[in-house]
Amino acid sequence: MNIKRVGSIAAIALVGTIALSSCASNEDAAPGSSSSGGTSLSGTINGIGSSAQGVAETTWAAGFQEANGTGVTVNYDPQGSGAGRTSFISGAADFAGSDAALSDDEIKSTFAGCAADSKAIDLPVYISPIAVAYNVDGLKDLILDADTIAGIFSGKITKWNDSAITKLNPDATLPSASITVVHRSDDSGTTQNFTEYLAAEAKSVWTKPASQTFPYSVGDAAKGTSGVADATKNSKNSITYIDESAATGLSVSQLVVGGTATKISADGAAAVVAKSPLVEGRADNDLAINIDRTLTDSGDWPMVLVSYMIACDTYKDSAKGDLVKAYATYAASDAGQKAAAAQAGSAPLDSDLAAKVATAAATIK
Amino acid sequence: MSVAVRNTSANTLTAGKLPKGAPWGLLIVSWLIFIGVFALLQASGTTTDFNVVGAFFFGTILFDILIVVISMVVEGGRKAKDRLVTSLVTTAFIITLLPLISLIYTVISRGVARFDSAYFNESMRNVIGAGGGAVHAIVGTLEVTAFAALISIPIGLLTSIYLVEYGRGRLARAITFFVDVMTGIPSIVAGLFAYSLFALFAGPSIRAGIVGSVALSVLMIPVVVRSSEEILKIVPNELREASYALGVPKWLTIVKIILPTSIAGLTTGVMLAISRVIGETAPLLITTGFTTSMNYDLFSDRMMTLPVFVYTQYANQGPDATPFLERAWTGALVLILIVMALNLLARLIGRLFSPKLR
Amino acid sequence: MTASAESPTKTATPPKAVIRIGDRVFSLATVLSGSLILVVLAATAVFLIVQSLPALTAKPGQIPNDAANFWVYVGPLVFGTVWAALLALIIATPLSIGIALFISHYAPRRISQLLGYIIDLLAAVPSVVFGLWGVLVLAKFIQPFYTTLVNTLGWIPLFQGPVSGTGKTILTAAIVLAVMILPIMTAVMREIFLQAPRLHEEAALALGATRWEMIQMAVLPFARSGMVSGIMLGLGRALGETLAIAIVLSPATVINVFLLTSQNPNTIAANIATQFPEAQGVALNTLIASGLVLFVITLLVNMAARFIVNRRKAFSGAN
Repeated sequence: MNIKRVGSIAAIALVGTIALSSCASNEDAAPGSSSSGGTSLSGTINGIGSSAQGVAETTWAAGFQEANGTGVTVNYDPQGSGAGRTSFISGAADFAGSDAALSDDEIKSTFAGCAADSKAIDLPVYISPIAVAYNVDGLKDLILDADTIAGIFSGKITKWNDSAITKLNPDATLPSASITVVHRSDDSGTTQNFTEYLAAEAKSVWTKPASQTFPYSVGDAAKGTSGVADATKNSKNSITYIDESAATGLSVSQLVVGGTATKISADGAAAVVAKSPLVEGRADNDLAINIDRTLTDSGDWPMVLVSYMIACDTYKDSAKGDLVKAYATYAASDAGQKAAAAQAGSAPLDSDLAAKVATAAATIK
Repeated sequence: MSVAVRNTSANTLTAGKLPKGAPWGLLIVSWLIFIGVFALLQASGTTTDFNVVGAFFFGTILFDILIVVISMVVEGGRKAKDRLVTSLVTTAFIITLLPLISLIYTVISRGVARFDSAYFNESMRNVIGAGGGAVHAIVGTLEVTAFAALISIPIGLLTSIYLVEYGRGRLARAITFFVDVMTGIPSIVAGLFAYSLFALFAGPSIRAGIVGSVALSVLMIPVVVRSSEEILKIVPNELREASYALGVPKWLTIVKIILPTSIAGLTTGVMLAISRVIGETAPLLITTGFTTSMNYDLFSDRMMTLPVFVYTQYANQGPDATPFLERAWTGALVLILIVMALNLLARLIGRLFSPKLR
Repeated sequence: MTASAESPTKTATPPKAVIRIGDRVFSLATVLSGSLILVVLAATAVFLIVQSLPALTAKPGQIPNDAANFWVYVGPLVFGTVWAALLALIIATPLSIGIALFISHYAPRRISQLLGYIIDLLAAVPSVVFGLWGVLVLAKFIQPFYTTLVNTLGWIPLFQGPVSGTGKTILTAAIVLAVMILPIMTAVMREIFLQAPRLHEEAALALGATRWEMIQMAVLPFARSGMVSGIMLGLGRALGETLAIAIVLSPATVINVFLLTSQNPNTIAANIATQFPEAQGVALNTLIASGLVLFVITLLVNMAARFIVNRRKAFSGAN
């Protein structure tokens, strides 16, 4: 009895001390750097948006905070692109991360955080190739083309040894098992870009328009990138589409682009984005991109997702403007893009596009 | 007649009864049988690996059948029924333990990897990839939940006192009913509600610990009311009547007699309510927001909480997922440990303050 | 105070009940906090209704999933919510009664305290963790059983194929839900069982009743209302459970009762959690309106439960 009571008191005391003595040691570990960080920036900016960008934003925030000392804080809620854009328009966020650029309707709205008459601009900062990843024992180097992928994900091809697949992979040993298709249950930019590609390149098979919601009633649905990855890893003979960075542990299919089987690559994805035209009718510093899914140069990977940082052209609060400007400039810089590539597995921006983004970011006030 | 037949054994007092250890022996024998069966299946190549859960599950079912049949033969119908219920109750218990043990095992085995001092001393500020800790989330969770409890416990307790001691008529019935309804508010709706409420006054960019506390109290109050109402109801009327007869005012009767009598149950109820909300993720995502830095101030700026930390670490992994997953599981483990400590505290309160009767 | 000052002057009239300030203040405080709950609930309801209106009056094409109107959209979700909660209750109710009885009347006293403690603890495991466990451990473990079930019992509609390859079916979700609501149901029932009058129990045993007969006669009648409220708490949690289902279930826009396929009806709360991040405009209103529907479902369920409890009102200490 006594021991029990002493034990319980000890346990409470232990937790109590942990809770009370807690001051994050890594935050106080940079004494004196608060104002001597080399810049005059200070304050907090809050971003909300795309979860695809989540890790990249964390990486940029860390790099940015380290460079500018403890007076600067960047918070990024990876709530989702839609929530990001809505929050940005209502002024709930200082900047947004979004897998889609502002729509024509949205760009006409009043932005609560921006100065009067000032509009918002889209800056492409994050590029991720989308992989078609699969989990089949002993199957390596699968090759698929747009029509076959469309056939699998629309439910028209249901067996791994379907003639459409064997024709593309004459040397592979394909099981006679059914294909378990895994797709996103939540609306997502990944689904949007994946279906955009199929709707453009496999028109005859993929008859539904591109959408954020997976349009066919096929296979199993899972929430979020990590949910899709886990579901695919946990079940045999499954296939899914996923941001390449999350495909570790799965095999990634090659894609037939312009008649040749192409391996997924960051350069290929960045090249496609760089060659694609900008959306017309936008402000000069708005870099919304209309991705050309039909590019067929050697090495191109047109199944690609571009995610934007959305910021005000001119902020009501100029201190915020300075912070966002510096942050966006860092994110688009060579150092920022390399850090994101290492930590988040994204494809660094092509140097021309990076220069354009830097110029556009410099106009933020 | 049958009695006479059974009375042939030497000791007439234990005649017609199964020996004391029989059920346990039988249970172990049934388990062994199915462990044998599954081992054979594995040896013969029918199943690839040994199915422990299956062995215990089917073994327990076999035991249920055996004990009833044997008891029916030896002890007769009434006893057999009793044995049946006993074995069913035990079976329910064992079946439930299986997933619960699996769950606890999963959390502990995966969470122990990052259960180190850095986890309790560092935040995630400027941490990329591996390393870092969750002290900012732990502090956030403790503060947000404590404030939610501070709002909910008085309101919830007073309401349940009203319902049991004062409430008659329409208002009481309305409250009882709507408290039940409140248990059905989806947690994310509570979050949206709290956020909109604060956004009315503080603008749409409001994200603070207190908003989360309010959202959690909306979820917590009905649980406090429901459980304390049940507990207060079963305080014997004799106690109340004795107190009134001695001239003690009603409010003093409640404070000095009824609450102390039921304090153990009340603290359990409150703990249940805290447990219910401390792990809430969805409402906190939209009310307290997300940050990698430490924030002690409930009333301004974003605040990290453990469930949000666990969820975002799982949902937003880098290409090397291991450090993210380890942080997530350790977060879950810490959350459970916090609740365990709170539970101990509640038991302690229950033991210290309840009248020494039994 | 005032009452005691007045009382001597009114000797002629029959003695009035003494009103004390403490009583006044205390009862006022209880009424106020009770009313505060009503205010909060009313505010929540107003918030829900105002936010829902655009969805209820939306034109075709504005609602997600190409639904013609809001009711078409919410139909499968309502079915899924009730169906999943019902399945979870079917699993959890007998188990929780069993465990509660085991702890209160069967297990040795020392062990039972420890067990009660462990079960309480499980009420605190965050739903994310249940979700992760459901997907990473349970779904993977149970999927082969599903395949066997579909292959052998596929002719029963419930077990109709094609079997889900990932195990993320509504049955898995219901099992996870059941495990989640077990602790809270058990805790409530255990407290009630423990409070059953000792004298009645001892009397029953003294008359030669077996343990089960004693429980039948002395414990269950006493605990009936508490059991219903425990089940209701569980049902409330099951209906409103969000993240665990969102993580475990593989949803589709369908109404069916097949337990083991990958096309499962989604639940309202999980659908809100899944779609909320990308919802804008009318889509967001639609989600909140579906929250309102969930609210109404809970209301109906609770009305039914109240009705049952009141009809067979057991004796309680206070009344």
